[in-house]
Amino acid sequence: MRLEPIAAPGPMRRIGLPALALAATVVVACALSALAGANPARTLGLMITGAFGSKFALLETLNRATPLIFTGLAIAVAFKAKLWNIGAEAQLYAGALLTVLIGTQLGLPGPLAIPLMALGAIAAGALVLLGPALLKTRLGVDEVVTTLLLNFVMALFISYLLEGPLKDPMGMGWPKSPSIPRDARLPRIVDGLRLHWGFALALLCAAGVWVIQTRTTLGYEIRATGQNPEAARFAGIPVTRVIVKTALLSGGLAALAGFSEVAGLEGNLTTDLSASFGYTGIVVAMLALLHPLGVVVSALFVAGIFVGADSMSRAAEVPTYIADILLATALLFMVLAILLTKFRVVRG
Amino acid sequence: MTPKTPAQGPVLRLSGITKRFGNLTANDGISLSLARGEVVALLGENGAGKTTLMNILFGHYTADEGTVQVMGRDLPPGQPGAALKAGVGMVHQHFTLAGNLTVLDNVLLGTRPLLSLSSGRAEARARLAQLARDFGLAVDPDARVATLSVGERQRVEILKALYRDARVLILDEPTAVLTPQEADALFETLRKMTAQGLSVIFISHKLHEVMAISSRVLVLRHGKLVGEVATTDTDRHQLATMMVGAEITTPAPAKARPGAPLLTLEQVSTARHGERPGLTAVDLELCAGQITGLAGVSGNGQGALADLISGLETPTGGRILLAGEPVADWTPRAALDGRIGRIPEDRHKTGTIADFTLTENAVLESYATTATRGWMNWRDARTSTETIIDKYDVRCPGPDTRIRLLSGGNMQKLILGRVLEAAPRIILANQPVRGLDIGAVTYVQEQLIAARDAGAAILLISEDLDEILTLSDSIRVISGGRLSPAFPRGSKTPAELGQWMAGQGFNHAA
Repeated sequence: MRLEPIAAPGPMRRIGLPALALAATVVVACALSALAGANPARTLGLMITGAFGSKFALLETLNRATPLIFTGLAIAVAFKAKLWNIGAEAQLYAGALLTVLIGTQLGLPGPLAIPLMALGAIAAGALVLLGPALLKTRLGVDEVVTTLLLNFVMALFISYLLEGPLKDPMGMGWPKSPSIPRDARLPRIVDGLRLHWGFALALLCAAGVWVIQTRTTLGYEIRATGQNPEAARFAGIPVTRVIVKTALLSGGLAALAGFSEVAGLEGNLTTDLSASFGYTGIVVAMLALLHPLGVVVSALFVAGIFVGADSMSRAAEVPTYIADILLATALLFMVLAILLTKFRVVRG
Repeated sequence: MTPKTPAQGPVLRLSGITKRFGNLTANDGISLSLARGEVVALLGENGAGKTTLMNILFGHYTADEGTVQVMGRDLPPGQPGAALKAGVGMVHQHFTLAGNLTVLDNVLLGTRPLLSLSSGRAEARARLAQLARDFGLAVDPDARVATLSVGERQRVEILKALYRDARVLILDEPTAVLTPQEADALFETLRKMTAQGLSVIFISHKLHEVMAISSRVLVLRHGKLVGEVATTDTDRHQLATMMVGAEITTPAPAKARPGAPLLTLEQVSTARHGERPGLTAVDLELCAGQITGLAGVSGNGQGALADLISGLETPTGGRILLAGEPVADWTPRAALDGRIGRIPEDRHKTGTIADFTLTENAVLESYATTATRGWMNWRDARTSTETIIDKYDVRCPGPDTRIRLLSGGNMQKLILGRVLEAAPRIILANQPVRGLDIGAVTYVQEQLIAARDAGAAILLISEDLDEILTLSDSIRVISGGRLSPAFPRGSKTPAELGQWMAGQGFNHAA
């Protein structure tokens, strides 16, 4: 058995195969719930209604999708330039930290504090990825290693701050930061509904990234650098500078996830602010084939699986771990589907 | 078909080989037989199906129809190694040698079980020496391959095949990397081999070599066998016509009227990269309205010179002057801003981005100057790409097609259009016609001559001496990173240039 490249894949392959991947994921979900002793059709139904079936469920899913859109975009932007940013988690926390610092320490009025928190977060996230990007372009240090390890450095640093200098004196001993004042929080989009402007900002960022990639010289340079750095350099594109700019953009986007979670939802910083949003962002970006608008769809899909599984496990006796398994399954099937859109299997 | 006994029958017979890739029929009912002691030339343009045919012979592909027989016995299809075991050896265009091992180790590699106690190296050495003597393939068995010249490495490849008792030797474009003198030595070896009953398939598109060495010529075109002639009954012109399917003309440029120097290198040196030599104190002047041809055996500094003029490489010593003005920061962007048009050696790796559309590839060098405040100007980009497609006859579905779907010739035409439409004053043409159909070759060469007549200063780098002799108004030879003096058109014979290519003459000149 060998793989033979396909010059121009037809619509059957390009649309049919990802659909098949999704169907295969559903089959695995059914098999797993049957294995757990539940009725597969009921489990599936509960998951879908739990994620999208009511206004409450839908808003919960949108809230859950918000940080994933930011981290998914961050990963998609970086991977497009073949900059393997595995450190969105660290950039997210850097953004959250700056948000809390600006929100609690400066005592600014809300309308001034909110944009300043966002800008501070972007700068912090960009800075966290700048180091690995410079090490990569100057010394050839593998950014997979540096960005991945920075996640742990950042987690320990945040933990130190929350146990020490940034610990909330009114926090009853819990490792959490003081809360930012009410008027410096992101308002809700519709009064009474638990959905904040962070979600709208995420959609705006997705559109913005799409415009950058398709309409601007920077986007063109990023794509050229990612696809063939040698040809890009030959054509006069400053490849090194493009990678550094990509890193700043990617780090900033990941940091906005932290900003949005703190200013829109939690109000303060804790060590469990992120439910691995930085890592799940990789899955989101891969499922979206690195397309910025696709990131929105795939973030909603992934968030739906998590929220749906939570709700389902309360009603049926199936553990929530099914969400992680489904996500992994969906990713594996999708990667396989992508491979088979580009290659066909031949015998001999 | 009745199988004949190997003693009198053909040593190799391909019967009715057909291989399809989707809609493309790469080989269409090709039959070929090779007699003992015979040299058969396989002639055809790129994409004619030569490589596919050889891949089927060696079991890398399975033919849809047809059979392969060696010494009268059928080879099992789709089993790499079966042909090797049956006594067919191949010398590829790109050698398959381990550079860090000695010649002897390379020859022995893979010929014996991994876990044998006795090494038998003494016998092997004696046998290798005997083969080298018999066939005129002198090479030191204890030299590390990395230290050998390209010609010597080719000898090691041939020895490797002979050591495995090859009775049939297939040579794929063997002279592409050789000086004329080395090519003559190779032909001498081939004659010795056939005198001892070995058979050779010689794959080439160089007509004069085919005429010189083969006894029979098979011509492939679009996957079909279009002609089979005894070499004595044909001539170069007829072969070329069969190969292309139409009459061909070679461009004959009018006399050049050189103007002022547009690009000058003064005592420029560049760093060495691994096995690739740098330049050593090179002086070069490219004048308006003149084609300067750079002859040389591949790997002698052509890459370094091309990278330098492209802006990829910065000099470690000496000066670069554009129209008499020394340049400061030397980058690809600076070269483009100095109106140097560059046709790169490798159109897949450096010339284009495979998954980009024609439009995206066409503006690769100009997007920055046509953009307004960071916004791409896609409408203009599309229009200018359509102009290039029309004017340079790029055969493609349209400007939004991914360039990976184009043939090499059409890709090259797009690159040519990208370069020429920018109205360059200096043109670096690095192997501009390598791998192209003869039709495309003529077209590209005519465009270069037209650019010369319009006043461009052109540096033509090629490993094909015939191309250099035809097109160049002035010839420089590169060897070991040094440049020969300029030889005006017609002042040196190929043999004399060959001596310079082999590195002779430089010491007298220095």
